[in-house]
Amino acid sequence: MSPGILGKKIGMTQVFRPDGQVVPVTLLKAGPCMVVQRKTPATDGYDAVQLGLLEFVKPQRLTKPRIGHLKKAGVEGAKLLREFPLRPGDGDLKPGDQVLVDQFKPRDRVDVVGISKGRGFAGVVKRHHFRGGGGSHGSMFHRAPGSIGASSFPSRVLPGMRMAGQMGHARVTVRNLEVIDVDTEDNVLVVKGAVPGPNGGYVLVRRAKQ
Amino acid sequence: MNNALLTKFIRKHQRTDLPAFRPGDTIRVHVKIREGDKERLQVFEGTLIARNNTGMGESITVRKVSFGHGVERIFPLHARVVDHIDVVRTGRVRRAKLYYLRGLKGKAARLRERE
Repeated sequence: MSPGILGKKIGMTQVFRPDGQVVPVTLLKAGPCMVVQRKTPATDGYDAVQLGLLEFVKPQRLTKPRIGHLKKAGVEGAKLLREFPLRPGDGDLKPGDQVLVDQFKPRDRVDVVGISKGRGFAGVVKRHHFRGGGGSHGSMFHRAPGSIGASSFPSRVLPGMRMAGQMGHARVTVRNLEVIDVDTEDNVLVVKGAVPGPNGGYVLVRRAKQ
Repeated sequence: MNNALLTKFIRKHQRTDLPAFRPGDTIRVHVKIREGDKERLQVFEGTLIARNNTGMGESITVRKVSFGHGVERIFPLHARVVDHIDVVRTGRVRRAKLYYLRGLKGKAARLRERE
C-alpha cells in the first residue's frame, strides 16, 4: 500500500449523494506513478519512497543526472518526483513498482498538497481581509492598512503585523478530504471540496494523517 | 474550456431520463417533498422561461401565474428533488431567456405553439 500518489488537478464540479445532498468535488488525475527510489534507514537514515508521476517529458527538459536517476528504476519520463515518508505498516515498495489510483477507495480520507494560485503583491484588504474604508462620500481612506502600532512606545512595529506582500503561490495542504469516487480506467480520483492551485497544477495526495 | 475527463465525469453523473424541452414550453415539474418521514410529489406547472448554467449545476426557471400573482421557481435539473418532468405543450419563442413575460399579463403573455 502506497502512502500517497502524485497527480494533477483537473477541475471542480458537483455530484449528488443518494440522499439528495450536493457535494462539491474536485477531480484529480492521479498517477500512474512509479517508485523511483527507495530510501532506507541503512542508506539514507530514514524510511521513504520517492514517486515519479509518469507523463510525457521532452528529453531535453531533463538533466543528465535526472535521466540516470530515473533509468535506475526503469522509469521513462517523470517531471515531478516527490518523497513520501513510509510509516510502519505501509508495506514495502521496490523501485519500478507502479502506484495507481486503485490504492484509494471511496470514503478514504486524504490530504492534498498543492501550490496555491499566485496573487502577486496583494494589499491588505485582499490578503488579510481588512475591511478598508468607504469608496466615496468624501471618504479619504480606501484600502490602506491604517495604523500599524503605537508611537514612541514601543517605537517599533511588532513582529507578525499583517501587511501587504506576496500572496499565494505557496505550498498549501488541505487535510482530511473525503474520497468520493475512484475511476481506475482514467486514473481519476474524486475528492470532496477544493484543492489548492490552478487546474492543471501538480498536487500530492497522501493518506490523511489522523 | 472543460477538460475531457471532467466532461466525461459530468456526462456520467447527469441524468438522462428527462425529456427534451426548450424555453417557452409549458412543463410540469414533479418535485419530491419531504414531510416528516413521508415523501410525496408536488407538481409545479408553468412556462419554462430560462435554462441556466451547464454541467451538474444546470437549472431551469419555471413561471406560472397563480391567483393573479406571478410565481417563479428555480429547479436544479440534476438533483434528486426533481422526480420527473412532463412537457405539457411547446411554445414558439425567439429568445433563450423569456424574462419579458414577467411584464406581460393575460392574453399578451400567451405563446404560440411550436410546429
